[in-house]
Amino acid sequence: MAIFVDQNTKVIVQGLTGGQGKYHGLRNKAYGTQVVAGVTPGKGGTDVEGIPVYNSVAEAVAATGATASFVTVPPKAASAAILEAAAAGISFIVCITEGIPAQDEARTYNTLVRDFPKVRLLGPNCPGIISPGKCNIGITAGEIAELPSASGPNVGIVSRSGTLTYQALYELKQRGIGVSTCVGIGGDPVPGTSFIDCLREFQNDPETHAIIMIGEIGGSAEEEAAEFIKANVTKPMSAYIAGVTAPAGKKMGHAGAIVSGGKGTAQGKMDALRDAGVKVGQNPTEAGSLMAEIVAGLR
Amino acid sequence: MDLFEYQGKQYFARYDIPVSKGDVAVTVDQAVAAADAAGYPVVVKAQVQVGGRGKAGGIKLANNADEVRTHAGNILGMDIKGHVVKRVWVENASDIAEEYYASFTLDRGAKKHLLMLSKEGGVEIEEVAVTNPDAILMLHIDPVDGLSAAGAKKAAVDAKIPEKAQQGVADILVKLYRCFVEGDCDLAEINPLILKPTGEVHALDAKVTLDANADFRHPEWEEFKATEELDAREKLAREKGLQYIGLEGTVGIIANGAGLAMSTLDVVNQVGGTAANFLDIGGGANADLMASALEVINSDKAVKSIFINIFGGITRGEEVAKGIVEALGRVDLRAPIVIRLDGTNAEEGRSILANAGIPESKLTSKPTMLEAAEAAVALAK
Repeated sequence: MAIFVDQNTKVIVQGLTGGQGKYHGLRNKAYGTQVVAGVTPGKGGTDVEGIPVYNSVAEAVAATGATASFVTVPPKAASAAILEAAAAGISFIVCITEGIPAQDEARTYNTLVRDFPKVRLLGPNCPGIISPGKCNIGITAGEIAELPSASGPNVGIVSRSGTLTYQALYELKQRGIGVSTCVGIGGDPVPGTSFIDCLREFQNDPETHAIIMIGEIGGSAEEEAAEFIKANVTKPMSAYIAGVTAPAGKKMGHAGAIVSGGKGTAQGKMDALRDAGVKVGQNPTEAGSLMAEIVAGLR
Repeated sequence: MDLFEYQGKQYFARYDIPVSKGDVAVTVDQAVAAADAAGYPVVVKAQVQVGGRGKAGGIKLANNADEVRTHAGNILGMDIKGHVVKRVWVENASDIAEEYYASFTLDRGAKKHLLMLSKEGGVEIEEVAVTNPDAILMLHIDPVDGLSAAGAKKAAVDAKIPEKAQQGVADILVKLYRCFVEGDCDLAEINPLILKPTGEVHALDAKVTLDANADFRHPEWEEFKATEELDAREKLAREKGLQYIGLEGTVGIIANGAGLAMSTLDVVNQVGGTAANFLDIGGGANADLMASALEVINSDKAVKSIFINIFGGITRGEEVAKGIVEALGRVDLRAPIVIRLDGTNAEEGRSILANAGIPESKLTSKPTMLEAAEAAVALAK
């Protein structure tokens, strides 16, 4: 078991013929992911190292039976690509594109909710998802993800920050702790998948025994997650929040991370998570150590 | 990108939102000319991106050219909370019967647009939210539906805007919403939104924040960028395509990804140091970007050591290493580098660095983030 994706997930790559799409699409395939097709309008009939390319998602889905898509197209084209995938019957869409205007994200998200309620969008501006040993969609380096062990305990990871997602995987790898699934939800203002969506799945996943959550300053997603954890999550958790030292009013790198009007501070988020029974580390390594203690207790 | 009031008003005018007649001035003579054109009495307003300019003496009423001359002379060059006034906005003074508040933002929790409308305007909305929360109407708008004329009218009624002003407020809400959506604003705020004794509704102030991601479809933003107030380091970084924020400490930071960069600041702080900056070289960092990043850091005289913290996803370790080697050839770095390199192709990167013949006084490699932070902080002391 894993959440959202596993060894049976068939994936298409929208933008496979582009530089990034090719690099990561092929890496995902080399990892063992079933990358069955690429989509680039106007390049149908060609292939990328043996992966057939189609003109539209609909054609690719008809030919391969794919249910997931990896969207790696420029910001201007990303919203249309996401909606095309949803309309063609794809049920899980991972969009790594960085720099999509917030208005486009808001409209795309709400269009999905209304017209394609069963479709899950992960991202945009996220590193993707990996169920180690089964499926890797996105830009995560597969070798830093420890395989889950059949006897457990295994840990699920959910993170708002790209590189800290890898850091979390790495912390567990170094301690030999297996990972069920690692989800990078992305730091944009309107993420398709929230902390809560992932926490709910992890809580219900028999292969996941504990959960690490990585948050950052800005917004209130961590506080909302803390409320959800209090009421619904019985599995033990550790967490880390980036941006304790971030000055107020400055956007730290992307649209999501900003402390404004005294809201969205790291301290407030850490307090909320502690209050929900989560063990909170002062840095990613400490969150890893806390998880190691949790896992030792479960063994 | 935050706009100055005058730019916000110019932006509003593009969407037919009524604003006072006026112009921007950088000299006293220009201010007088602007006042003559706008018609007396006028208000002379300091253009700074900080609250409290009225209290600081940055907003003055002038009844004639002499008074404009006096006030503009005082306000231009004035220091308001560390912001030096370079421009004044001079506009025809409005008679005010009532003051309201209106804004549109994106509510990230609800993932919908949020209209905030209040009949209690002219004061900080955060204050109203605390003292009299019932006086603020908060209305979520589905971005797919948008805001209709009828929806805007209902909002004005629900916010208890007096009947005589309801239609005028509703008209402005529809226009402000269009400005917010089509104009790609993160925030479009009017405070105060005034009712004149003559019955017209009118935007007396403008607070606009633009979404930098939408830059590609707004060529008209070019003029706003020209007046953006960045420090020299931030300007250099912007030109190089780097996400940089200047801070006050002594450890220069380069990391890939906003989260890791923030985390790097945190860890430096935890081991007793202070960061000189936030610098995210982004997902696809290559040799050239890394060299540029080092140049930007090197331009900061306060930097005593440089902590490069890279975890490769898209970013490849060998590219990072090549960039460092290239930068060391190109720039004479004043401060030593401590690097922690992990992730995609990290081993190749480390071996490039190890074989480049860089003396240890210039570059040390550490296996973990914490150890690297400790080493960098020690070097900065």
